[in-house]
Amino acid sequence: MNLAHGSYFLLGGYVGLTTAARTKSFALALLSGSLAVALIGLGMERFFLRRLTRQSLPQVLLTMGFALVFQDLALLVWGGDPYNIAVPAFLAQSVQAGPVFVNFYRLFIIGVAFAVGVVLWLFLERTRAGASIRATVDDAEMAQGVGINVPLLSAGVFALGAFLAALGGVVGAGFIGVYPGLDFEVLPYAFVVVIIGGLGSFHGVVVGSLVVGLLDNFGKALFPELSYFTLFAPMALILALKPTGLFGKR
Amino acid sequence: MSAALVVAGVSRSFGGLTAVHAVDLSLEPGERHAIIGPNGAGKTTLFNLIAGELAPSAGRIVVFGQDVTRLPPERRAALGLARTFQINTLFPNLTATENVLLAVQGTTPTKLRLHRPIESYRHLYERAAHLLDSVGLAGKGSEMVRTLSHGEQRQLEIALAIGGTPRILLLDEPTAGLSPSESQRLVRLLKRLETSLTLLVIEHDMDVVFEIAERITVLHDGKVIADGDRDQVKASPLVAEIYFGSD
Amino acid sequence: MTARRAIPFSACAALLLAVPPFLPPYPLTLLTQILIFAIFAMSLDLLLGYTGLASLGHAAYFGIAAYAVAILATRSQASFWVCLLAAVFAATAVAAVFGFVAIRAVGVYFLMITLALGMVVWGLAFRWVSVTMGDNGISGIARPTLFGVSLASPLPFHYLSLAVFFVAFALLWLVVRSPFGLSLQGIRETERRMRALGYDVWLHKYLAFVLAGGFAGLAGALWAYYDGFVSPVEVHLVTSVETLLMVALGGPGTLFGPILGAAVIVLFKNLLSIYTKRWLLILGLVYIGVIVLTPKGILGALRGARR
Repeated sequence: MNLAHGSYFLLGGYVGLTTAARTKSFALALLSGSLAVALIGLGMERFFLRRLTRQSLPQVLLTMGFALVFQDLALLVWGGDPYNIAVPAFLAQSVQAGPVFVNFYRLFIIGVAFAVGVVLWLFLERTRAGASIRATVDDAEMAQGVGINVPLLSAGVFALGAFLAALGGVVGAGFIGVYPGLDFEVLPYAFVVVIIGGLGSFHGVVVGSLVVGLLDNFGKALFPELSYFTLFAPMALILALKPTGLFGKR
Repeated sequence: MSAALVVAGVSRSFGGLTAVHAVDLSLEPGERHAIIGPNGAGKTTLFNLIAGELAPSAGRIVVFGQDVTRLPPERRAALGLARTFQINTLFPNLTATENVLLAVQGTTPTKLRLHRPIESYRHLYERAAHLLDSVGLAGKGSEMVRTLSHGEQRQLEIALAIGGTPRILLLDEPTAGLSPSESQRLVRLLKRLETSLTLLVIEHDMDVVFEIAERITVLHDGKVIADGDRDQVKASPLVAEIYFGSD
Repeated sequence: MTARRAIPFSACAALLLAVPPFLPPYPLTLLTQILIFAIFAMSLDLLLGYTGLASLGHAAYFGIAAYAVAILATRSQASFWVCLLAAVFAATAVAAVFGFVAIRAVGVYFLMITLALGMVVWGLAFRWVSVTMGDNGISGIARPTLFGVSLASPLPFHYLSLAVFFVAFALLWLVVRSPFGLSLQGIRETERRMRALGYDVWLHKYLAFVLAGGFAGLAGALWAYYDGFVSPVEVHLVTSVETLLMVALGGPGTLFGPILGAAVIVLFKNLLSIYTKRWLLILGLVYIGVIVLTPKGILGALRGARR
């Protein structure tokens, strides 16, 4: 349970922003933002969260503390104005295809999401490390018993999570921008995706994000005043019927 | 008169493994019955099925003529079914008295009262004190349960199980981890229980089994392989081979 | 209550009654704020400390009540009692609906569901502009006149808050000491055993959840009158977690712990924001420090030191 996960998204966006401004390279922005935040995540796991395994309340409070610290530091460093990352010229253009305008950057985002999804799936399902992760999620003690280095693995997974959140932040910074408060704005989306899909289920996350994306967009278009309600209420309904989410185990 | 507890053709499998296989049991009211069998024979699984923590894959469970197969544990408890746990399952950060109070009020409507302090329910306290006394924990009432010794916690397990005035009591290895003298005291306590109480006990210590139980069921690989009084069970060659053979 | 505890208890109550007239306005308003958040924190402790349920969306009930007061008082000029009753009722009713969804979940799922349900309420406060005024919030909530006394100035309003606080404390004290209260502690300790003893664990948790929502609503209604202004901040996740911090800091599973925790956090936030712009950073460090240094809260640490 990490309430600072939205902060990773925010920090990724900001670090990417600075890198892009200094180097004029979007690719470097993607890389630096994700790697810097992965290191932050690694440090949090190693020095703080590791001793709080299975204690969800201390985890909540600790990560909220980090979220506040990150929020204030970001405000101190980057100020309160919203920024957009300058995206490469070839991604900034749009073409008209029949009646619709197709924005290249949107296609790029879809491409990145798809690529990350495929790589992650291959990693989890087809590699030894992925198998170890799944084993550890099922039964950490047993995994330790068969020689899996559980502390190393959790650190790695945590850093990977931070890396991906930050990657999302940099990509998102070219589209929705980065601004104070973004951290707590994206956090519930991430939670809802996981809740709808079910913890520990890869299919769940894919289906969950599709559901959330559709609900959010149609909600905003059809009932602008109730848009969050149209996002969260169906989630509550799903949970009422299936408390562990659509694809959750147990 | 109808049987106190009937287990009819009850099976339970986990994945491909059948832990309990078509077990039949019938206990008359007031009967003292023991289940024995080697580790992994499915004894505790059978208890969890009877108590309602697990749902059977097949078969029926009937308590005093009422089919309880689909009822959750708390509803079975309300019908007079109580149990102890093999590993102490107490309330470690509450006092011994509070532990027993929870058991005493568990089968009464008092448990939902929230407009009066619990101290004002004198009869609950009297019964709790009486129960602590009867399991040999008089004077320990105000101690936090986590500070009690293992033996004392086993005694408290019994007090919790009989606190709700059950009609059927399931005891899961009541003497596990007790010294011989503690064990003897527990046996004396069990023999003093009201004669109308139906007792089903899982136990490894054969001396304890022969002292408490009139009838014995032998479970092996999830199946009943012998059932009868102590002499019949002792005489069964199958039992001797599987169970006593290792001694 | 035993005589040993009655003496310090009455001393505290007498102090709370006697001191306010001698306080300058600013400390007095801080004390009022502490009382309101103490009610809020105690209500959460009924879940967290007694039942063992860590809710991440408790600000929802506080906020719903605050909004109910704000809307009724500014649009319909409803009287204090109508507003108060409607606010507590609204908070209780929403808790009754949310509890239905949330209580089935256990562990991390409970955390996530309460978080998401809290976000439902936040989303409505933020986006349902025609009713809630969105991000601008609702201002101009006038304090009422009760029994011929205007509560507009700090002192009479403080005494109103104190009266509500005493009532809430007495009621919660009764609940946690009742047979039902003991059953909640049993559930916190060992749910499985409680089932075996004949308790419908779902029902007990649900009732605790609804009760806690109602008391949070009481605090929220007071807050609307205290601040005269209600905004989505009141229902935000940050507020929910801050209340968890109050309880964790003071010591869960007691009624005095949350009061102490509320006092520390309210004073800390207010005083810190006078001296530094970086109070959020320092508050974040406090969260981290609390977890790293005092896992059992202030009361726990004191108790540990005495042994």
